[in-house]
Amino acid sequence: MAPYESDDAVGAAHEEAARDGAPGSGRRRAARYAVPVAVVGVAAATIGLVPALADSGDPDLPKITAQQLVEKMAKSDVQRLSGTVKITTDLGLPDLGGLEDGLLSGADHGGSGDGSSADPRSRLTELASGMHTLRVAADGPDRQKVSLLERGAEYSLIHDGKDVWGYDSKSNEVYHSTAAGTGAERRAEPPATPKDFADEALKAVDDTTSVTVDGTAQVAGRDAYKLLIRPRQSGTTVGAISIAVDAKTWMPLKFTLTPRSGGAAVVDAGFTQVSFARPAASTFDFTPPKGAKVTEEKDTAARTPAPKHGEDLAGGLGGLDVLGKGWTSVATVDTGAKGGLPTGSQGGDLGGFLGSLGDPVSGKFGKGTVFSTRLVNALITDDGKVYAGLVTKETLVKAADAGK
Amino acid sequence: MSRADHSTTTTTTTTTVTTTTTTTSAAAVRRPNPLWALGLLRSELVTTVRRWRTLALLGVLAAVPVLVGVAVRIETRGGGQVGGGGGEGPAFIAQITNNGLFLVFTALAATLPFFLPMAVGVVAGDAIAGEAGAGTLRYLLVAPAGRARLLFTKYATVLAFCLLATLVVAVSALAVGALLFPFGELTTISGTRIGLGEGLARALLIALVVAASLVGVAALGLFVSTLTNSGIAAMATTVGLLITVQIVDQIPQLHAVQPYLFSHYWLSFADLMRDPVYWDDLLRDLGLQALYAAVFGSAAWARFTAKDITA
Repeated sequence: MAPYESDDAVGAAHEEAARDGAPGSGRRRAARYAVPVAVVGVAAATIGLVPALADSGDPDLPKITAQQLVEKMAKSDVQRLSGTVKITTDLGLPDLGGLEDGLLSGADHGGSGDGSSADPRSRLTELASGMHTLRVAADGPDRQKVSLLERGAEYSLIHDGKDVWGYDSKSNEVYHSTAAGTGAERRAEPPATPKDFADEALKAVDDTTSVTVDGTAQVAGRDAYKLLIRPRQSGTTVGAISIAVDAKTWMPLKFTLTPRSGGAAVVDAGFTQVSFARPAASTFDFTPPKGAKVTEEKDTAARTPAPKHGEDLAGGLGGLDVLGKGWTSVATVDTGAKGGLPTGSQGGDLGGFLGSLGDPVSGKFGKGTVFSTRLVNALITDDGKVYAGLVTKETLVKAADAGK
Repeated sequence: MSRADHSTTTTTTTTTVTTTTTTTSAAAVRRPNPLWALGLLRSELVTTVRRWRTLALLGVLAAVPVLVGVAVRIETRGGGQVGGGGGEGPAFIAQITNNGLFLVFTALAATLPFFLPMAVGVVAGDAIAGEAGAGTLRYLLVAPAGRARLLFTKYATVLAFCLLATLVVAVSALAVGALLFPFGELTTISGTRIGLGEGLARALLIALVVAASLVGVAALGLFVSTLTNSGIAAMATTVGLLITVQIVDQIPQLHAVQPYLFSHYWLSFADLMRDPVYWDDLLRDLGLQALYAAVFGSAAWARFTAKDITA
């Protein structure tokens, strides 16, 4: 049979031939493209609608006063849990890329860092900006684990009895220290879980603060009360802090800090998945893999807590003078360095560069430069004093004037 | 206005007529044996694998793990760290020295961004356009298979090639890893230890996920292949689209569209080496591949079944 005839002889080819021969077959052809278009439409609708439909509304929970809720949170004693935490920090820092990391880790090491990429102090500062996924697991006060999930790699900090291990899978480096106290080691790190943040926030609760229960919400599939903390004072950059508290275990599940200036949350840390069952024992069992470079922490006693960054809330800046009280407290330190900016060992170029990021201000105290983020503002005066706090620029200047 | 009305009426009439014709002719033609498609698939598979071009592609893919393995072995001979310990290079490369099984993951991470999808793009782009270019497409349609079935068989062949190519990389890496590096218990990237048996099972699972990650690019290639009669043009377009998508995925300003690019979650296969496994991105990857397969598969069907076959 000749090929030209064969097309007409069979199945689908025949249909096509029949259609091709008829006028108006273009419509039929075009109609077939409705299938991929429909698939795209269905997919788009699914992506757009499913989260909205899955949001089954706020759970119906018995009424509770803010006082009761705070007390229950304080009594909450969750010993075992495992879960995934999404943490987003947007301090409004200028995007300095690698330079920022260099400055932060440089500050952390005090200039004498060992450079191990598995050192927790150099790694957890990464949380100060951007979006991160963490995995947390805890089994009693002696065994905890925090893992920072990265693309194709993971950084784990494991506390098991007297050992604290840091493991960076990207570079296959291990950091090891033996903690004298239990649990204290982890507390020395910047806060990472919603509970850490909530503890910091509750420290600040006094007469300068209004605490209310703001309805209920569903977080990580669990019913939760929303505790709303608002500063009564003006002059602070903190707008509101919202904490979602699990209605069964009274553990904070989500922490959101919004600035007074509005916009996206500065810190948003919440569980996306949580379980209160005992994690597998192997989770906390760590042996350095073959070929890994192990850095031992030589002197645990000499270790100072890592300097806390912007997410530190109202106080906790040890070793500094604190002016004012509550939300508008301003920490001050006299660096004694003339010229205002941290030049000296870091080099004049850096000083000049930092100067270009700030705004010059002047007042009764003299002249200085204000560095602003969406939450923390800092004033460095020309005679070397540093004022910093979760306060507006005006409050800083007032504090500096008063401190003069 | 009246003209438009007229043309609509005409079309409706024609459609009715066509449908009648189709029904009659379909009844007249005997139903093809369902097993026949398997025969077609087998012959397609043999034809594809026997091509020199395919063998060369598989050879290049098999050479990548050898290259990586030997390079890491030479660099760490004195007990040094890979890349100075700075964590550069493809995922998992630093762990190869503690377990050869990690070479499988490194090799897949190194080939997945480009080599593997390029090979798939070449085979998928060639599927229909190559036949059309060589003038053999109409002979294929002589067989009582129907166009949809031929297209489906072609796609199945491309998918089989995805799996074959991935397994070639994995098996080659496993052999090189076992030869050059220690083997045994391995440390997951979460720091926990798993036995060799579970490690091998996870390696197989990772190979399957990597093969499944190529489903989207295979469907895209097949669709491009139905658009042209030139095999070379189809291959070049597919590989070009692949490069474009990879570049777009790297530009931070375009982050809004990135979650919808077929390559965006490719490296999520590394999540299988976490303990416990982190499924979120893996499921997104597989869902995205299914979506691409559905969209471009049906687009290829729409194009191919309505196309004039002139060669």
